[in-house]
Amino acid sequence: MASLRNKFRLLRAARTAGLAGVIVLGACLGYGQTTNSCLDCHSAMPDPLGVTQEKFSQDIHAQKGLTCTSCHGGDASSYDPTVSMGAKAGFKGKIDRKQVPQLCAGCHSNPTYMKQYDPGLRTDQLDQYHTSVHGKRLAAGDSKVAVCVDCHSVHDIRPPSDPRSTVNPVNIATTCSRCHSDAAYMKPYGIPTDQFAKYNTSVHYQAMMVSGDLSAPTCTTCHGNHGAVPPGVDKVQNVCANCHVFQAQMYEKSSHKAAFDALGLPGCVVCHSNHGIHMPSDAMLGTGPQGVCMRCHQPGDRCDQARVKIQSGLMQLDGAITQADQTLSVAEASGMDVSEARLAQSQARDQLIKARVTIHTYQASLVDQDVQAGLKIAAKDEQAGKDAMVERNQRRIGLGICLIAIAIMLAGLWLFIRKIER
Amino acid sequence: MSGEQNTPPGSTRRRAIEYFLGGGILATFASFLYPVLRYVVPPPVADLGVNEVVAGKVGDLKPNSGAIFRFGSSPGLLILTSDGTYQALSATCTHLGCTVQYRGDLRQVWCPCHNGIYGIDGRNISGPPPKPLTAYDVHLRGDEIVVTHKREA
Amino acid sequence: MIAAILRWLDERLHLDDLIAPFRHKTVPVHRLTYWYFFGGITLFLFGVQVITGILLLLYYNAGANEAFESVQYIMTKVRYGWLIRSIHSWSANLMILTAFAHMFSVLFLKAYRKPRELTWVSGMLLLFLVMGFGFSGYLLPWNTLAFFATKVGTAMVGQVPIVGQPMMIFLRGGPQVTGATLIRFFGFHVAVLPGLVVVLISIHLFLVQRLGMSVPPKIEAEWVENPSARREMKFFPNFLLREMMAWYVAIGVLGALAAIFPWNLGVKADPFGSAPAGIKPEWYFLFMYQTLKVIPSKVWFVDGEVLGIVGCGLAGLLWLLLPFFDSEPPSRPKRWITGLAIFALMYVAGMSAYGFLAK
Repeated sequence: MASLRNKFRLLRAARTAGLAGVIVLGACLGYGQTTNSCLDCHSAMPDPLGVTQEKFSQDIHAQKGLTCTSCHGGDASSYDPTVSMGAKAGFKGKIDRKQVPQLCAGCHSNPTYMKQYDPGLRTDQLDQYHTSVHGKRLAAGDSKVAVCVDCHSVHDIRPPSDPRSTVNPVNIATTCSRCHSDAAYMKPYGIPTDQFAKYNTSVHYQAMMVSGDLSAPTCTTCHGNHGAVPPGVDKVQNVCANCHVFQAQMYEKSSHKAAFDALGLPGCVVCHSNHGIHMPSDAMLGTGPQGVCMRCHQPGDRCDQARVKIQSGLMQLDGAITQADQTLSVAEASGMDVSEARLAQSQARDQLIKARVTIHTYQASLVDQDVQAGLKIAAKDEQAGKDAMVERNQRRIGLGICLIAIAIMLAGLWLFIRKIER
Repeated sequence: MSGEQNTPPGSTRRRAIEYFLGGGILATFASFLYPVLRYVVPPPVADLGVNEVVAGKVGDLKPNSGAIFRFGSSPGLLILTSDGTYQALSATCTHLGCTVQYRGDLRQVWCPCHNGIYGIDGRNISGPPPKPLTAYDVHLRGDEIVVTHKREA
Repeated sequence: MIAAILRWLDERLHLDDLIAPFRHKTVPVHRLTYWYFFGGITLFLFGVQVITGILLLLYYNAGANEAFESVQYIMTKVRYGWLIRSIHSWSANLMILTAFAHMFSVLFLKAYRKPRELTWVSGMLLLFLVMGFGFSGYLLPWNTLAFFATKVGTAMVGQVPIVGQPMMIFLRGGPQVTGATLIRFFGFHVAVLPGLVVVLISIHLFLVQRLGMSVPPKIEAEWVENPSARREMKFFPNFLLREMMAWYVAIGVLGALAAIFPWNLGVKADPFGSAPAGIKPEWYFLFMYQTLKVIPSKVWFVDGEVLGIVGCGLAGLLWLLLPFFDSEPPSRPKRWITGLAIFALMYVAGMSAYGFLAK
C-alpha cells in the first residue's frame, strides 16, 4: 500500500498517463466508488488532514455507501485540486465545529431518509441537542462544548453496538472524561472534574466493566446523551427508580421524601452520593465514618433508636447466615450431606436482601419482619448442620463399638488358633 | 467349630477362649446386622412435598356431587355443594382408611365400608369414624380448582 | 446344641464327605505364606459387594431422572443408607486393590506354571470382570464425574479398529451416553457380570482345590535340599481361621473408611453441560488412561489413540496367556518373565502415580 501511495505524487504530473493506473488503484482499495481522489491524497497526509482508507472503511457511513463528498462536498473524481476542491463542486473543506450538528442533522433529522438505513433509528438528536447544556452553550457561541463528532468520533464512526465505538456503553464514561476530567479544559465552567475517577470506584462501574453488564448505568444513563443535562436535584430519585423500583416506591411513601423535598435535598444522592456510588453496606446505618444517618439525625432521638434496631437486625441476620454457612461447611467437610440445608440457605440470603431493600421505608418494624423470616430459616439450617455433626459423631461411636467387637473376635480367633496348634 | 475341641475340660483358659469367641461372634454379628435391619425398614414416607394440587376444572362437577382427586400420595374428595361452593376433604376415612364418597341424596360424605357419615365440612356425624376428615383449602385460579393444605395458624 | 444339629445334618447329608477334601487340603508354611491370604480377602470383599449390592437394590432406581435422586435418598433419608453405600464403594475399590495384589503375588511366586495355567487364566478373566464391575458401577449414581468418565471410557472402546464402533454403540445403547446407557450399565452390573463372575469363581476355586497350593520354586528348592524344613498347616481349620481374622480386619477397615470418609455423591450429571476440568477415571484405570495420553497423536502413520488401545488390548491378551510362555517345572523358570512382572508392576505403579499427579 505504501509504495502505491508514493506513486500518487507522480500522478498529478502525468494525469492522462496515470488514468488507467488510478482506476486500477481505486479497484485495489476496494472502495465502492471507482475513483476517490480525496482518499488517494489525504491518506498520505499527516494527522489533522490525514484520513486513511483503513480508518474510513471502519466508518458506518462508508459501509453504507457514503463518501467524503457526502459531508465535505467537492468532486472525488478529479485529481485536479482546483476542480476537486473547488467552489464549483461545492467543496466545504473543514466543517466548522458550530456547523457540525446541522450538517449531521441534514440526514439524521430526516426520518424519510434515515428509514432506508434503519427504520428504528431516532431522528430527534438535533432537537435534543438544542436542549442540552452542550447545545445551549454552542448556540451562545462557545465552541469548546461537545458537538456530534466529539463523542461519536469522526471518519471512523462506528454504530454504538460496536464494542470499539466511542459511544458503546463500555466506552461512554471514557469518552465523556476526555473533556470532563480535563481540569484545565473545564476551568472556565467551574464544575468538578472528578466524576470519572469517582465513577470508576462505583458499584455501577463494577457492574459494567467487571461483571460485563451492559445495561448497568454509565454517564448517559442518568444525564441523557444528546440532551445531556444534569438531572434536577428534585428529580434524581426518578432516574434511580428506573432500575431500583422497590427502593423508590418505598422512599416515595416514606417520611424522608417530604423532608428531603422540603429541604431541597437530592433524594437518593443524600445517602448514596452520585458518581462514586459504592456497594451499600450495613455500616451505612452505623455511626462510623461510613454511617450516613447521623449526618442529619441527633443521637438518641426516635429515629436513631429505629436506626439502631434496623442495623442490629440486619447484622444479626447476616451473622446468622454466615454462622449457618460455617456449620454446614464443617459438616460437609466431614462427608455429611447437607445439600437440603444448603439450598434453604439461599432463601435466608434472599430475606437479607429483601430486608436491605425494606430499609427504604425507614420503618424498623417492617425491616424486622424480613429479618425474622430470614433468622428462622438460618436457624433451621444451623440446626441441620449441627444435627449432621451429631450424626457424624454417632457414626464414629457406632464405628468404635463395631471395632471393639471386631477386636474381641480377633482376640478370640487368635487364642483359639494358638490353642489348637499347641 | 466348637464341636471338635478335645482339650481336657475345666480349664479356665478354655473358658476364656470360649467367652472371647462367643462374645466376639455375637457382638460382631449384632453390629453388622443392626445397620442392615435398620436399612431394610424403609424410612417414613415424606409427604412428597405436595402442598398444592389442581383437583379439576370449573364445570367438571355438577352441583351437589363430588369427585375423588389425587392429593400427593393419598386421595382427596372435592365436593361442589348445591349452593355452588367448593369443599375439599381428605378422602381417607378416619376409621379404617377406606376411601369415602359424596352422597348427593344424603348431602353428606359417606364411607361404604362401615356406613360412616361425615358432614360436608368433614365433621364425623354418625357411624364408626372417630375423627373428622381433614379439610383442605380450595381456591380458584383461572378455571382451575386448586386445593392446598390449610395454612397453619 | 450345635453339635446335635450338626449330627442331625450329618446323618442325612453325610457332611463329612463334603468336608473331606478340605480336611486333606494343606497350606505350605514358609516366609511368603501371607500372600496366600489375598485371594481369600478378595473373595470376602466380593461377598460384601453382593450383600451390600442387594441392599442397595432395595432403594436404587435406574434411570436418568431418578438414579441420582435415589442414591441421594439412600445417602440422606434411608437409615444407615450412607453406611451401606459407602461400604459398597470402598469395598469395590479395596477388592480391585486386593485382586491386583493377588495377581502380582501369583506372578512373583510363579504359581501360574503348569499345571495351574487355567487357574491363572480364570483369575485374569475375573480381574477383567471386576474392572468391568468398577466401570459399570461407577456410572450408576449418575453424577457428573461418572457421566464424563463413561463418555471418555466408551469413546476409547470406539477407537478399536473395525469392531470398536459397534461395540461402543452396544455399550452406550446408542451413539451417545444417555439414560439408555445407564439402564444398560445397570443390567451389566447387577445381572450379567455377577452371573459370569459366579461361574468363573466356581471354576477358579475348583481349580485351586484340585491343584492345591503352589510352593514358590525357590522355597521348593530349599525344601528339596533340606526336607526337614518342609512345613504345612491344615487348611481347615488352621488356615481358614487365620483367613477369618483377615476378613474381620477387612470389615473393620471398611467400616472405618465408610464412617470417617463417606463416599460422596457429587453433582447430578447434565448431559448437555460441559465436562469439568481435570476429569480423570477411577484410579484402577489411570495407568491405561495415562498411557493413552502420553502416546503422541500420530505414531509414524498410525493414529496414536488407536495404537494405544490396540497395544493395551494386546498387552492384556499377552498377560492372560502368560503361563504358556513359561517353561514347565522342574526346569529353571525363565528369568525374563520375572523381569517382565517387575517391569509391569513398576509401569502400572508409575503410570498411576503420573496420572494422579498430572493435570
